[in-house]
This record gives sequence, structure tokens and C-alpha cells, in this order.
Amino acid sequence: MSAVDLSVSVGPLKLRNPILLASGTVGYGNEISEFIDLNKIGGIVTKSLSLKPRKGNSSQRVVETPSGMLNAIGLANVGVEEFLKTKIQFLKKFDTKIICNIAASSVEEYVECTKLLTGEDTISAFEINVSCPNVKEGGLEFGNDKKAVAKITEEVKKVSTKPVFIKLSPNVSRISEFALAAKESGADAVSAINTLVGTAFDIFSRKPKIKNITGGLSGPAIKPVALAKVLEIKQNVDIPIIGIGGIFSWQDAVEFMIAGASAFQLGTVNFVHPNISETMINDLILYCEKMKISSLKNLTGSFIL
Amino acid sequence: MFLANAKVDSVTQIGTNVFLLKLQSDKIAANAKPGQFVNIKVSNSNFPLLRRPFSICNVEGDYFTIMFTSVGEGTLVLQKKQKGEFVDVMGSAGNGFSLDGNYEKAIIVAGGIGAAPFPFLIKELEKIGKGIICLSGGRTKNDCITYEMKNVSIATDDGSFGFKGNVVELLSSQIDRYKNERIKIFGCGPNAMLKSLQQFCFTRNIEAEISTESSMACGFGICQGCPVQSATDKNKFLLVCKDGPVFNVKDIELP
Ligand SMILES: Cc1cc2nc3c(=O)[nH]c(=O)nc-3n(C[C@H](O)[C@H](O)[C@H](O)COP(=O)(O)OP(=O)(O)OC[C@H]3O[C@@H](n4cnc5c(N)ncnc54)[C@H](O)[C@@H]3O)c2cc1C
Ligand SMILES: Cc1cc2nc3c(=O)[nH]c(=O)nc-3n(C[C@H](O)[C@H](O)[C@H](O)COP(=O)(O)O)c2cc1C
Ligand code: FES
Repeated sequence: MSAVDLSVSVGPLKLRNPILLASGTVGYGNEISEFIDLNKIGGIVTKSLSLKPRKGNSSQRVVETPSGMLNAIGLANVGVEEFLKTKIQFLKKFDTKIICNIAASSVEEYVECTKLLTGEDTISAFEINVSCPNVKEGGLEFGNDKKAVAKITEEVKKVSTKPVFIKLSPNVSRISEFALAAKESGADAVSAINTLVGTAFDIFSRKPKIKNITGGLSGPAIKPVALAKVLEIKQNVDIPIIGIGGIFSWQDAVEFMIAGASAFQLGTVNFVHPNISETMINDLILYCEKMKISSLKNLTGSFIL
Repeated sequence: MFLANAKVDSVTQIGTNVFLLKLQSDKIAANAKPGQFVNIKVSNSNFPLLRRPFSICNVEGDYFTIMFTSVGEGTLVLQKKQKGEFVDVMGSAGNGFSLDGNYEKAIIVAGGIGAAPFPFLIKELEKIGKGIICLSGGRTKNDCITYEMKNVSIATDDGSFGFKGNVVELLSSQIDRYKNERIKIFGCGPNAMLKSLQQFCFTRNIEAEISTESSMACGFGICQGCPVQSATDKNKFLLVCKDGPVFNVKDIELP
């Protein structure tokens, strides 16, 4: 056993280590479990769930761009009912935190989803996606509107018996104002960031490469932007932050913690290196040993400016 | 499914822009089935970032081969691999061809690089005693691939070799030869070709399986990036990487 303590807290939620798998990049856990032991990581965030199943956008949904990718999946998901009936049964087998991500098109739908899910013991927290760029109604409009973010947070908090994290959009000029709105409405933490709106064209057909025209940019290309957003929140609002965006290595993850993240999520990297969430654990321990850090949580916000 | 560090044995050019990459990985070779694919991280850097999917072309002992055409950055990197290098491979992925069915003759229909999965399939079909006919099509003589095919007829769009027309037209011109035999068609190629093959099979009521393509991010069902419309349920997309890439023609609606 290593002497290094990797455990962290995100508000009231205690995690074995800060490694979380990001929403939409691991489905409901079953496929990725062929490559990693879910019992070893901090937790898993489910694909965004909506009240009713969503079919999602038609093809082409993904395209690679320099050091990143665009996606316009359109929140394809099984819906809350099916999730509770089948998908959660698989996740129940693991000793890991299940964070349930919810995406909706109205305040009422967010509330309805939360009510249906909050009774399920296996769920440890909610992550409210107010920032998906790929659906017509809701999604980004909410993420762009401070009052809407505040309202959703407040209403979800009223019915939730679990910690509530608000997942923020980077497609705004001052993300810290949104973090503040979430905090003042009772959010337990914020997750930052969701994808950045982007597009790509085929120069021969002159058509967008993605059917939806625009998609969400993720991967290493967005890491500097995401880090700056985390830092901006850390410097302006007193709320725990889950850092997300372009983490492809343990070094990237450490950077997010230094910038202010209490925990972090791995997204696009799961597509390329599906076992990295597990292999990274030892690298984090070695780093702490080298740096004489006895508890990883001490790294959070430890930047020297 | 495994992640394997596969050792490069050779890169061989077998056509104008057609290459064979032979890799060593006992785990992947032992578990592969015809029609499945491997997902390859071609470089150790973020460029290209995502893995690239390739059909398993053949398997021999601890070795497996992929056949590819160079179309972009990723395939260019593969083309330059040297013997002894290691490549990060995920596989074997997806659902392959089903050898089952009420047929004695297999008709293989390949469009261009769609020939890739067939050497392995042909080998397995021969093991169970099926007759084999191959049809291979391409734009010109140089685009037609016949690598390890049996009883091949060729179609070229420009008529520079064999039948003038596309490979489904070639199939249509020959189909009466098999009217007294029980046949099953196995197809792979560009979507437009697969669509007309599908139509042909519906009209003639012939059993068929096709290997399809889609842009992909993960290749194992976690990103939802590779949808194809289900033919039986309007509200459902199937995933090419996980439910396919091989489908019964009756199960999907091609875009
Ligand atoms: C299940 C599956 C099996 C495949 N098997 C083979 C195979 O056996 N041999 C082979 O040569 N190719 C195969 N492909 C296609 C192969 O994956 C692409 O050619 C490859 O990813 C291109 O990578 P690149 O970096 O060289 O090109 P990129 O720079 O990514 O793209 C260059 C050009 O290729 C096109 N392209 C990229 N990806 C695909 C794709 N998946 N399908 C069609 N066009 C694409 C792009 O639109 C672009 O025009 C398969 C694809 C799938 C999904
Ligand atoms: C294919 C794909 C699907 C995603 N789906 C969701 C989703 O359903 N809900 C959500 O909140 N975020 C979703 N995201 C955003 C990720 O959770 C993450 O915030 C983003 O990708 C940035 O992290 P990364 O660069 O590590 O991928 C998705 C991202 C990708 C690439
Ligand atoms: S490529 Fe990711 S689900 Fe098929």
C-alpha cells in the first residue's frame, strides 16, 4: 500500500480518487468495463438522460479535427425509465460512485427526471447538463442564460436528495458568473467544461462534415481553454470544481487540479485509450511521492501565480 | 476485445494504392472472426488522435493482416511502418459474417477496398465446404482487388478490364447461372454499392450479409458516433461498431 492518500471530496461527495469518467464518453459503463476495473476509479458519470428516450441525430455524428474531434450525437439516450430498469442494474455491481447526468428541454423536465431518479440508492449525485450544444430546444440556450441556470439549479435542488453539480458551458464570455449563479442557487459543485461549439467543412462538396452542421469540440485541442475556465471559476467563486476538457494523460489531470479542480473527468481519451483511467492511478501516486505530497487533495488550487 | 501491442511483420504493396500490413498478436489472431475489425492507434502522438478501423483481412497462426488504401494521414502513417515496430491495436471488434444459412454457394461481392475482409471469410467458407464465386469491382482496372479471391470476375466502371459497369450490374448479369443452386451473398464496399446490392437482394429474395462503414470515434459502443437506421424499428439507430459492421441486408436502411 502506498502512503499517498488519493481520496478527494467534491462538496459532500467523497471519492476514492479524483478520476471520473465523463458523460457521453462511456455510455452506461458496460463496454468500458472490458478494459478497466470500475471499482478502482472515483466514479462514472452516465450519458445524459432525458425523461423520454432520444434517438439522436442522424449520421455523420463525429469527425476528427486537429488534436480533437467534433460530435453531434444529439443526446441519444435510453431515457430515465429504461435506465432505472436495465442500465443501472449493471452499475450496481460496482463499488464506485455513480453520478447521473440529466439533460432536459424544460425546467419541469429536469425536475421530473430528478424526482424519478433520486430514490435510487446506487446514484451518488446528479450532474445537470445545462450546456449540451447539440440539441435544438434547451441545451445551450439554458447554458447561456444565467437566470435559467439559477432556476434549474434551484428547482432541482428542491427535489434532489443527493448532491447536485451543474455542468457549465464554455460558450459564454464569463463562465465564473454562471458558476456564481449556480452556487447562489444551491449547487454543490460545478463541472467545467462541456464541449466548445465548432464546425468543419469538406472542401470538395462544400458541405459541413457533421450532419448537424455544428458539433461540440473535445479532446486535447480544448485543454488550454478548459484550464483557463477552471482557473477563472477558482479565482472568483468559492465552489468545488470538477475539471473536464482534453485530459489525455495524468500530467493533464494534475494541471487541472493545480488550476483549481477537486476532481476531474476523462472524456474523449476513453475512445483512444480505454484503460487510461485505471493506469493513471499509479502515475498519480508516483507524482505525489516525487513531489512529497501526502494527500492529493492538497493539490487543488495550489497554483503559484 | 483486447488492447494489444502488435508487432509489425511486414508492409507489402499489392496494388496501385493497396497495402497489406501484417501484424503479430496471438490474442487478436486467436479470437478474430471473418468480418470483424481492428481499431488501430497509428501513432503515439495526438496526430492523428483517434483510432482507425480496418477489417481483418486474414489470420495465420499468431499473425493477422489488414488491407488498406492510403487516403489520409492515418493510412499514410501505416503505410510507412517498419518491421519490428509496435502498433497499439484494439480488437477484434464488432460482429462478423455469419457462415450459417441454407446455401451451398457463397457469392462474394466486393467494391474497391471492400475486398479487404474476404480472404479470411473465403478461408473459413472453404473449411465448411461451401462453393465460392467472387465478383470484384472498381473504377478502373487498377482499382480492382483480387487478392486471395477464388473464381473471380471483374467489373470496371470505365470498361478498362472485364465487365463494363459496376459490380452489382455484373452480379445481375450472372445471377441466372445459379438459379438451381442455393446461394448466399456476402458484400462489402462503398455505401452506394451496398445500397444497390441490398435492393438487388430484396428483388430476388436472396439471403445476404453486408459489411458497412461509418465514421467512428471509439469503435466499441461508447460514443454513439456510428448510427445506422434500423429497418425494423423507425425509432432506433443501430451502431455500426457494435451491432455491425456486418448486418443482414434486412436489418438496416443505408443512408
Ligand atoms: C468497420 C470499418 C472497417 C474498415 N475497413 C477498412 C479496410 O479494411 N481497409 C481500408 O482501407 N479502409 C477500411 N475502413 C476505412 C478506414 O477506416 C479509413 O480509410 C481510415 O480511417 C482513413 O484514415 P486516414 O487518417 O488515412 O484518413 P482521414 O484523414 O481520416 O480521412 C481521409 C479521407 O478518408 C475518408 N474517410 C475517413 N474515415 C473513413 C471511413 N471510416 N470510411 C470511409 N471514408 C473515410 C475521409 O472522409 C476523407 O475523405 C474501414 C472503416 C470501418 C468503419
Ligand atoms: C461523443 C461525446 C458525447 C458527449 N455527450 C455528452 C452528454 O451526453 N452529456 C454531457 O454533459 N456531456 C457530453 N459530452 C461532453 C463530455 O462529457 C466532456 O465535457 C467534453 O467532451 C470535454 O472533455 P474531453 O475533452 O475530455 O472529451 C460528450 C462528449 C463527447 C466527445
Ligand atoms: S464508434 Fe463509438 S459507438 Fe460506434
